[in-house]
Amino acid sequence: MNGAMPVDLLALFGHFLVLSLLSIGGAITVAPDMHRVMVNQMGLLTDAQFNASIAIAQASPGPNVLFVAVMGYQAAGLAGAAATLFGIMLPSTTLALAAARWGHARRDWRAVQAFKAGMAPIVIGLLFATGWILSAQTPGWHHILLTIAAALLVWRTRVHLLLLVAAGAVVGGMGWI
Amino acid sequence: MNQYIEQEKAEIAEIFASVSLFPRVQMFEVIAPSTKSMIEDPHLLAQPSSKKELFVAFTFLALQGFGGVLAVAQRVLCEQKRWLTREQFVEVLAVAQVLPGPNVCNVALMIGDRFFGWRGAFAALAGMMALPLVIVLMLTALYVQYAANPAVSGALRGMGAVSAGMIAGTGLKLVAAVRSNPMPAPVCGALLVLTFAAVALLRWPLVWVILALGLVACAYAWVRLRPDTAAPRRP
Repeated sequence: MNGAMPVDLLALFGHFLVLSLLSIGGAITVAPDMHRVMVNQMGLLTDAQFNASIAIAQASPGPNVLFVAVMGYQAAGLAGAAATLFGIMLPSTTLALAAARWGHARRDWRAVQAFKAGMAPIVIGLLFATGWILSAQTPGWHHILLTIAAALLVWRTRVHLLLLVAAGAVVGGMGWI
Repeated sequence: MNQYIEQEKAEIAEIFASVSLFPRVQMFEVIAPSTKSMIEDPHLLAQPSSKKELFVAFTFLALQGFGGVLAVAQRVLCEQKRWLTREQFVEVLAVAQVLPGPNVCNVALMIGDRFFGWRGAFAALAGMMALPLVIVLMLTALYVQYAANPAVSGALRGMGAVSAGMIAGTGLKLVAAVRSNPMPAPVCGALLVLTFAAVALLRWPLVWVILALGLVACAYAWVRLRPDTAAPRRP
């Protein structure tokens, strides 16, 4: 912890409020800007702390957006975690709720139906893209093979997902990938 | 495949038997493959009985979601609880993806809101975030000490590879949901492949990909939904 001042926390909160509205596709898409502010500009985190934040959130249960809380926590303890997490959640949450209600009330409208139908294949394409990007950022074929195996198992079987993650941890921990 | 179901059932029963505050419910019964088509029929859907059930269900699914909750959310919400059809899940996901904010959190909000209004939305979101937040902060404290250990970083890599596969696998499952789409299958397939290529291979900014391909796709779907050709979609 680098002993952030209350003023820093407020600035951090304000910055994350703005990032929230830009985070189409998830909070991870604005991570580069978080890096710019927290590491380069405010000096609240080191590079290593920043990268560790994302890795920790990925390895623990729950939504990946929690990496934002880990950053805040490493920068300024619980108050920092609250500042970053509430900042990133408040605007997008409000907007999502309003938009969902608007769309649900008008679900018989042709435009709303066209939106849902048109976006469906794109959304599914984005899932494949996310899987690809997450896997391909680590070099090596073993890694991609493990990803493909996991994808096929999720698709064709009902193997418990926790079991899959545990198997991944063992394979990785033994140094096989 | 059946032994997986039995195994999963037993595991889930075990988890919930150990925590007695959960009401005994039909909620975690797993669907046999033969009844799988029921998932597609909106008339056979179930509903959460209370906001507490929402909170518990979302806590439960968030705790199973390592490296992302989407795969677990689809399985629990569509297949185990049957609160949504696959088609409805894709629709909710579409809105969640297009809006800013974490996708799974938006999904939780919308589903909670649909059943119990804003209180339900809050219950679902709180369920998704509260306990995982405590865990991730505790792990942060631990991780700092073991980060340099090669086994730990290797395990993290392995878990990362698997969670990437789980997201792609969820995509494979949801492909079946576009069968009822008013756009013909080859068009849906082309849109899917183009989206993947633009985002994953060319690394174009997501906003522009969604705007450009989304506009084309929605405009085409709009044409296909013209009242005289859209008879099957209309109630």
